[in-house]
Amino acid sequence: MKKIDKERVLLAIAAPLLAIAVSFLVTALVLLVTGKQPFDAFSIMFDYGFKSDSQVYILDKGTTYYIAGLAVAVGFRMNLFNIGVDGQYRMGAFFAAAVGGAVSLPNFLQIPLIIVVAMLVGGMWAGIAGLLKTKRGVSEVIATIMLNAIATNVIAYFLQPGRLGHLDKAQTQVSTTPLPSSGYLFNFDMGELNGEIYGFIVIAVLLGIAYWFVLGRTRFGFDLRAVGLSESAAEASGVSVKRMVLTSMLISGALAGLVGMPTLLNDAHKFGTEFPAGVGFVGISVALLGRNNPIGVALAALLWAFLERTSTQLDFEDFDKEIVGVMQGVIVLSVVIAYEVVRRYGLRRQQQKVGEELAAQAKNKQEVAA
Amino acid sequence: MELRGITKRFPGVVANHDIDITVRRGTVHALIGENGAGKSTLMKILYGMQKPDEGTITVDGEQVAFHNPGDAIARGIGMVHQHFMLADNLTVLENVVLGSEKLHGIGGRARAKIMEISDAYGLGVRPDALVEDLGVADRQRVEILKVLFRGARTLILDEPTAVLVPQEVDALFDNLRGLKAEGLTVIFISHKLGEVLSVADEITVIRRGTTVGSADPKHTTTKQLAELMVGSELPSPETRESTVTDEPMLVIEGLHLAEFDLEGIERIVLDRISFTIHKGEVLGIAGVEGNGQAELVEAIMGMLPPDAGDLSLDGADITHAPTRKRREDGIGYIPEDRHRHGLLLEAPLWENRILGHVTERPNSKGVLLDPAAARRDTERIVREYDVRTPGIEVTAASLSGGNQQKLIVGREMSHLPKLLIASHPTRGVDVGAQAQIWDQIREARREGLAVLLISADLDELIGLSDTLRVMYRGRLVADADPATITPEELGSAMTGAASGHLEHGENAGGEDR
Repeated sequence: MKKIDKERVLLAIAAPLLAIAVSFLVTALVLLVTGKQPFDAFSIMFDYGFKSDSQVYILDKGTTYYIAGLAVAVGFRMNLFNIGVDGQYRMGAFFAAAVGGAVSLPNFLQIPLIIVVAMLVGGMWAGIAGLLKTKRGVSEVIATIMLNAIATNVIAYFLQPGRLGHLDKAQTQVSTTPLPSSGYLFNFDMGELNGEIYGFIVIAVLLGIAYWFVLGRTRFGFDLRAVGLSESAAEASGVSVKRMVLTSMLISGALAGLVGMPTLLNDAHKFGTEFPAGVGFVGISVALLGRNNPIGVALAALLWAFLERTSTQLDFEDFDKEIVGVMQGVIVLSVVIAYEVVRRYGLRRQQQKVGEELAAQAKNKQEVAA
Repeated sequence: MELRGITKRFPGVVANHDIDITVRRGTVHALIGENGAGKSTLMKILYGMQKPDEGTITVDGEQVAFHNPGDAIARGIGMVHQHFMLADNLTVLENVVLGSEKLHGIGGRARAKIMEISDAYGLGVRPDALVEDLGVADRQRVEILKVLFRGARTLILDEPTAVLVPQEVDALFDNLRGLKAEGLTVIFISHKLGEVLSVADEITVIRRGTTVGSADPKHTTTKQLAELMVGSELPSPETRESTVTDEPMLVIEGLHLAEFDLEGIERIVLDRISFTIHKGEVLGIAGVEGNGQAELVEAIMGMLPPDAGDLSLDGADITHAPTRKRREDGIGYIPEDRHRHGLLLEAPLWENRILGHVTERPNSKGVLLDPAAARRDTERIVREYDVRTPGIEVTAASLSGGNQQKLIVGREMSHLPKLLIASHPTRGVDVGAQAQIWDQIREARREGLAVLLISADLDELIGLSDTLRVMYRGRLVADADPATITPEELGSAMTGAASGHLEHGENAGGEDR
């Protein structure tokens, strides 16, 4: 029995490793074709990526990506494809920033207020897609893509002077009213040259633990996973699939609402036009690569941040920084293929093993009887 | 046609080994064996869907190797599948020519050819009828015609009688005799012994993947055949001493459900169904599949909300209770399709033990799961119900069908249900496990369990039930006493030919249809 377990772990990490290896290979080929030395590029990436200031950057970016990955993974665990994390987190961050800029409470109230607003708005935005799916059978993929586009325009409408927008002193940039300093979350200072690690990383770690605990150790988590494995069997087992769809969309959206928090509370302290966009899509890649596993998603988030960090350096060294985009794309493509291959292989392998062990058992019994 | 030393291995199992069969031209050759004995694999090899690892196939003295069904049909071997492969919205003619448009065109020539075949073998096929308007037996004749149209001289029929009622079976056998008279060869796969004896010229028995003997139908009894097939005495579902009490457990009153099909035409699925199951009673429902049994079960489980009707369990109204509440209140459920409704195939056995009972001990304490207790209890189920598995961490998908079913039965019985809904509880289960499942149902019934039994196996129904009802087009049209009724009499009620109370020997039933 132990043997099968060990094999399962091995198979579980085989797929992402395979995907990463393939992507390095393809990237190397692309570099060769464009007349560049692939190993030079890789060594630049590794040298630069492991510098102290890079590590701080990677942890900070990784925190954001990790939360986005978890938000997507919750949906994936029950076969819901929440492409709308991007819109949900921007909506959440925007309104949280607006509320946070409008009131000034003591620190221990201000920060929770901002976080709660972000989660509520993110949850509500995802809830629209959840309701459409449960009441009208609209695919959540379509609904959330549309909601992303709507989110962009809603934010553009409100982010204007006279509405929720606020012109900075130089009169060049529009953003929400900056948070009062009571809305700043603590950072870990890593020294003058290296920068600061966002305090929100602590919350991200707690979220990862909560994700693992709720999915793996609670009745609710079991029901959610059951729906993901077989909707019909879950329904027969007594899970209300529709309610579960709505609930998990709300959870996914609430988590998505948190994605903007490291940037808002630890860094920018306001929501402006330069607020990062597209993080929701990174979340999809990261959740895929990390196999919806809390540790796997963390490693994937860090890898993504690492790749992004090193792309700027490649640019300096006269490589095309787009090569990192190629790499990320190939990772996502090959990870999807690799999982399916490994999953099928694993199932077959296990059936085979079970067959062999049973045959052996039967043989032993016969010998004993004889 | 001859098969010599055919061996086929699948990962972990040897499906066939050292199969030797000789089929003579112009005969009906029956191939019998239990579920899982390897009949279907053998047929797939014959039909070119799978390649044997060892052994040879000879057709008319010439050794052949089939790489795909096209090769087989070119050699005149055609397959009539157990599950029909017809397009409902096309006519019979269109279905027959579909995919072989080159043979006789799609117009008048094809129509003439179809009529010629139909008349030659007495199939009585109407080329312009829409397939969706045809009954099961007619569809089967279309399938046979499809194969003949493509020039087959040898027909393989995979469990052709599984979907038919006894009268339709007789008609099919007449057709088969007609084919034989014209010099065609029929290979007939079945595990229904009576049928085999009445139609076959030669019988080959397969057990555990290999041929264990052949029999001459003129000098063999069903009992001898069965023992050859099983390798030992046959278990019987016989249960005679009555444990029926007069305390009602499940009361169903006026259950009604209508559905609208794509054209917006109302179809009544459940037509004011009322019945009561008492403690200690097994109520069997007979009926050809698709007459509302599945919907009835889903309505009782709370998975399908009915339009009208009341349900009460042990005196408490459960009409509006959700599925989970009903399960907690003591309804056990052995679903018809265990892969769709009974298991999480890619989850380990112990998680499957939790499925459906996540709110109950030992699976959870409060809102938290208790994986350690669930694992321990899974070990117990595996032991007590003889689930053949190397451990509880393997996925449900890696078990054989019979062992999956034993796990489900063990799980449902472990929560001491008040009412057990058993839909085809022994379908696809080997004889050993079948006897065990029957024993468990009988034992629990002695302790006051009420059982709703739905089965296509009429012997099982008659053997286990205390009360029998026949379901036809969403209605309970007839009832019968299992102590005296025969499968044939039950079969005629299943086609809607008889209704009311079925009495053995008499001209059954009131004529209120």
